[in-house]
Amino acid sequence: MLIINNLHAEISGKEILKGISLKIKPGEVHAIMGPNGSGKSTLASVLAGRDMVNVTAGEVIFEGRNLLDLSPEERSHAGIFLGFQYPVEIPGVSMVNFMKTAINEIRKAKELDPLSPSDFLKLMREKKSLVEIDSGLTSRSVNEGFSGGEKKKNEIFQMAMLEPKLAILDETDSGLDIDALRVVANGVNKLKTPENASIIITHYQRLLDYIVPDFVHVLYKGRIVKSSGKELALELEEKGYDWIKKELEQI
Amino acid sequence: MRNSIFMKELSIYKEQNLDFGRLFDHLGKLNGHEPDFMKQTRKKASKAFLREGLPGRKDEDYKHLLIDKLFERDYKYRFLKEIVHFDINHLFKCDIPNLNTHLITLLNGFYHGEADQLIELPSGIRYGSMQAASKEMPHILEKHYSKYAGFGKDSFVDLNTSLARDGVFIYVPKNTVFNKPIQIVNLILSDKELLIQPRNLIVLEENTSFNLVVCDHALTMKYSLGNSVTESYVAQNAKYDFTLLQNEHNNASLINHHFIHQEKNSRVETNTLSLHAGLIRNNHFVTLNGEGAENYANGLYLMDKDQYIDNWVYMDHAKPNCKSEQLYKGVMDGQSKGVFSGRILVRKDSQATEAYQRNNNILLTDDAKMNSKPQLEIYADDVKCSHGATVGQIDEEAMFYLRSRGISKKEASLMMMYGFTNDVIRRIRIDSLRERIEELVYKRLKGELARCDNCGYLNM
Repeated sequence: MLIINNLHAEISGKEILKGISLKIKPGEVHAIMGPNGSGKSTLASVLAGRDMVNVTAGEVIFEGRNLLDLSPEERSHAGIFLGFQYPVEIPGVSMVNFMKTAINEIRKAKELDPLSPSDFLKLMREKKSLVEIDSGLTSRSVNEGFSGGEKKKNEIFQMAMLEPKLAILDETDSGLDIDALRVVANGVNKLKTPENASIIITHYQRLLDYIVPDFVHVLYKGRIVKSSGKELALELEEKGYDWIKKELEQI
Repeated sequence: MRNSIFMKELSIYKEQNLDFGRLFDHLGKLNGHEPDFMKQTRKKASKAFLREGLPGRKDEDYKHLLIDKLFERDYKYRFLKEIVHFDINHLFKCDIPNLNTHLITLLNGFYHGEADQLIELPSGIRYGSMQAASKEMPHILEKHYSKYAGFGKDSFVDLNTSLARDGVFIYVPKNTVFNKPIQIVNLILSDKELLIQPRNLIVLEENTSFNLVVCDHALTMKYSLGNSVTESYVAQNAKYDFTLLQNEHNNASLINHHFIHQEKNSRVETNTLSLHAGLIRNNHFVTLNGEGAENYANGLYLMDKDQYIDNWVYMDHAKPNCKSEQLYKGVMDGQSKGVFSGRILVRKDSQATEAYQRNNNILLTDDAKMNSKPQLEIYADDVKCSHGATVGQIDEEAMFYLRSRGISKKEASLMMMYGFTNDVIRRIRIDSLRERIEELVYKRLKGELARCDNCGYLNM
């Protein structure tokens, strides 16, 4: 589904990603862990098409297409979804209008007719209960005045609405209390199918108690320095990142 | 000899050139039937005008407005109503669905329709032409006319006070709650380039509730200059909602003054919506003259091309325990220029004042300019005041957020601008009007010419 090959990227002249390679197949959950400043969020930004990140080498192929050639909206149409670490408040734009526009633009790209208002409302109701989001939130402006937890739940709600093939969740667990964490994780688990995949970017092991990854990768100084099964996350939790740093120094 | 005098007098009935000295001379011949206080008022105002002249560049309050350019056109002025035989319904019909209003039309600044008598609604509200009011309710007129606009404060106001011949008068008697709005439509229809000067007076007596909608609307593409003055008196416990919709064309210039005088525990909310015109200057004067009075002044402007917008708000907290909020927002495109000047005056004994002001702008191009100037003059010590002005571009982070959800750049920018303006639009309380304005703003932001469908132009 997704092939990342020797990806190098910089932000305002500073190289952050120094050769990342990764393969993701449908149905898989990949966790990317690593200490602060290792390049986790930059990787998410490159995949979603944020233009402040400059790709200097390598390629990203998504379902046979060169992802880096696509605009952020075209990537969304192709089935990429980024759950933001810091969801943006957009005053005056209602959640309903936002979601309706997003869904219909994606449908338009697939040459489908827009959803009828009643089908749209039905879909909203369905997904709201699926991700346990407070129905009051969707009648407000996008993220405006939402608490940290509400913003993150709202990301999962949007993911449920847009049904992406590949979801990248960038530190979705940061700043969440245990209840919100559970809601977010439940949402992700319920949305999992054999056809879609997700990349969970996280600093802590905590989220992985609820979402069980197939693979865990450790990102350090712009490179994936270790990849393994879910047991790697537990090892990291126990020993911290220093263990990996030391191991690297020995090499 | 006789003949020539007759000819000379007849000429007053025609369009005049804007030779101010001569215009004032003519006036003496025309105001014979007016009540004495009106004559005195005109005299005082014309004296002030002739002393000060039109504001110049050095005039701080009109610094950015190019007065010379404004008067480059060869505008004509009419002292008397032109006899136009037409059915207003053929030319104009406001098609906002369910906007159920009492419609008043002004044609080139003169009351159109039965101008000799005031109309009395079952609720007791009386309205009609200013000329009829001066005959039927001279005592009310004398009590309020020019009492809030004053003299020598602003030359344009003096010009209007000196020369204005007609306009709308509305009287809301004590304890009248009137939910059906009155709508005034200022129509311009002429083959000449006109200066029009309507003069309106709205009087709300104690314990009343009243809603007024004013639409500025030219029916032809001719150049025109409007210099209108509205005085609104809002007595104790009265509630007044006022919406002004300025949706003209690039050849129309509007200088508009609204003086609002509020007494104890009154509440006034104004929405000034400037969607389209070549040049707009809105002078908005509020005097909170009784404890517990509240004023909410909202404004929205969408400028494009070489258009110019200048909003000047003056909030005078003359008594303690009053509250005011100014919210003006604008989207500036093309090479448009804008000014927001918001003054808050808290007088020495006006303790426990709350006064807030916010002016937010989005500039869509590098050539668009906005000048935002808050002025706070506070002489009391127990006050809550704040002001904030922002001039910025579209938020890049929000743009990326929307695009990452599949929304195109164009649509995302439209959504955000619309969201930005919605903060003001949602404050319009008449549902059908708000919906129509939402629609007009959306079209305007999309770059389409936004007009109500039935408000087309005539070729003249």
